[in-house]
Amino acid sequence: MTTASSTSRQGTGKKPKSAGGRDTRVAWAFSTPALILMGVFIVLPFLLAFYLSFTNQRLISPLPTRFVGVENYTDTLSNAAFWKGFFNNVWFVVVVVPLQTAFALWLAILVNRKIPGRTFFRTVFFMPVVTVMAAAAVVWTLLFNANGLVNAVMETVTFGAFTPDWLNSTTWALPSMMIVGIWQGVGFQMVILLAALQDVPEVLYEAASIDGATRWQQFTNVTLPGIRNGLIFVMTVTTILAFRLFDQVWIMPRTPGGPLDSTRTMMLELVETGFSNQAIGRGAAIAVIFFVIVLALTLIQRRFIREEGEVT
Amino acid sequence: MSGRTAEITAIEETQLASMERARRRNLIIQYIFMVLLSIFFLFPLVFMFVSAFKSDASVLSDSGGAGAFIPSPWVGLDNFSSAVERASLWRVFFNSVIISSFIVGLGLIVNSLFGYALARLRFKGRNVLIALVIALIIIPFEALAVPLLYITAELGWLDTYHVQILPFVANALFVYLFYTFFLNVPVSLEEAARVDGAGPIRTFVSVVAPLAKPAYATMAILGFLFSWGQFLWPVMVTRGVDVRPLPLGIGVFKTTPPIQWGDIMAYAALMTLPLLIIFLIFQRYFIQGVASSGVKG
Repeated sequence: MTTASSTSRQGTGKKPKSAGGRDTRVAWAFSTPALILMGVFIVLPFLLAFYLSFTNQRLISPLPTRFVGVENYTDTLSNAAFWKGFFNNVWFVVVVVPLQTAFALWLAILVNRKIPGRTFFRTVFFMPVVTVMAAAAVVWTLLFNANGLVNAVMETVTFGAFTPDWLNSTTWALPSMMIVGIWQGVGFQMVILLAALQDVPEVLYEAASIDGATRWQQFTNVTLPGIRNGLIFVMTVTTILAFRLFDQVWIMPRTPGGPLDSTRTMMLELVETGFSNQAIGRGAAIAVIFFVIVLALTLIQRRFIREEGEVT
Repeated sequence: MSGRTAEITAIEETQLASMERARRRNLIIQYIFMVLLSIFFLFPLVFMFVSAFKSDASVLSDSGGAGAFIPSPWVGLDNFSSAVERASLWRVFFNSVIISSFIVGLGLIVNSLFGYALARLRFKGRNVLIALVIALIIIPFEALAVPLLYITAELGWLDTYHVQILPFVANALFVYLFYTFFLNVPVSLEEAARVDGAGPIRTFVSVVAPLAKPAYATMAILGFLFSWGQFLWPVMVTRGVDVRPLPLGIGVFKTTPPIQWGDIMAYAALMTLPLLIIFLIFQRYFIQGVASSGVKG
């Protein structure tokens, strides 16, 4: 036990070689289970995605696998259904990210004030997050019925001017899924922004109000810069989640992605190609394209956050 | 002199009074908004639970008005027993419990051990591994699904529990969560345990793990939240009802017309209820857990 006691005596200092040896053995023993699992289930499939995307691999096929070069990529990128899905995802992002972020921020500000009942309201706003999306999707399917509750409300609010048959309309099917997405996800973002709001030092608000700043000026000059990293994180996560859109488009329309491909998404394309049609090679190409999009989004996020770090 | 002071006080008082009035008005407006928002967030859930106790026909016919929130005609647990039968509800419920429990249970052990090793122990390759973990956080599961389907199909793992469990046990985000948690825990207690002659495993089990309760709670909650609702992967790797999780069972009702909305709502209610109850009991920890998942940004 001499090595252990000498370690403790030295505290933060360098450890003797023998302790390092024991540390190393323990460290690898502790790391091995996770490393094996990550290697087999994350790193290996990740590398395999690139490899398979250049082959004509099928899930079950008697034919030998052969290299087809970039054929899967050119096929995918010249496939109208893929682009339909891609642009639906982009449209989803363009509408949902600003809306949901602003909504989440508003909710966070509402429950951040120290007023009676705020815990109750915070709990209520967060509740949809813990509902399973598959369950939420079927419930909303009924709510978006032509004669359903959503249209009953619309009828009253717009005096009958706007009551589309949401899920059977090529225009309104995707927006109805946006509403479900926001309903289910906004509580999550609210909590993250709430944590960010509570990290803004109180003295900054005091200083601003002494300087005569109005509420709105405090919001734009103290709150927004103070929670900048939180906002960027929320926007990035929401964007990535929007590109992963799948459960709703599988469950809510009569046929997945319908009507007439108006709710087709990249993930639906991935599942239909790789799983339903068993075209593993083509599916892998879509997976790689999807990964590149997510990577680009993450790098953009990192850039913005680092810039903020440099300023302060 | 004293007159002027009194005057100023009077002005201040009227100012204060009007500020107080404005404050109260703002507060009332805020409460009105919060109540309206609560209705927006709650009505689909209330609708679901109420409809679960109504006949199939009236669920649909009442769905356009206030009747949607009145549980009449009351059919008791008929929908539930019908859902149990048609969708083999107990079976899929049991499957979901098994899958989520193993993902979370094994994950707590594996991820915390790795996170601890990265934070505490000095060994060659540590920095490389930390960089690897951070890099792996970026990779979304969907990007791995197709090659993973290929691997698991080659291994003959389709339609099993472990194909739905093993890929999700080790999770880079959770490793990172434990890693950052352990970085902020003082080393002194572990050193004391070491001096007392405790080996690394005993130190971990009896000193480190109890200290890390908040991190374990966070991972358990987030892990359960993510795994309970899984949809895309089970769609790809399970066929029969034997190993299918709850969310997929909902498909049974859509493929076999006529659509029995009462059954669907009962099924959806049962799918939602466990997580909702756990959330209401541990809601503070849920909120903290989610908040800490954003800290890394």
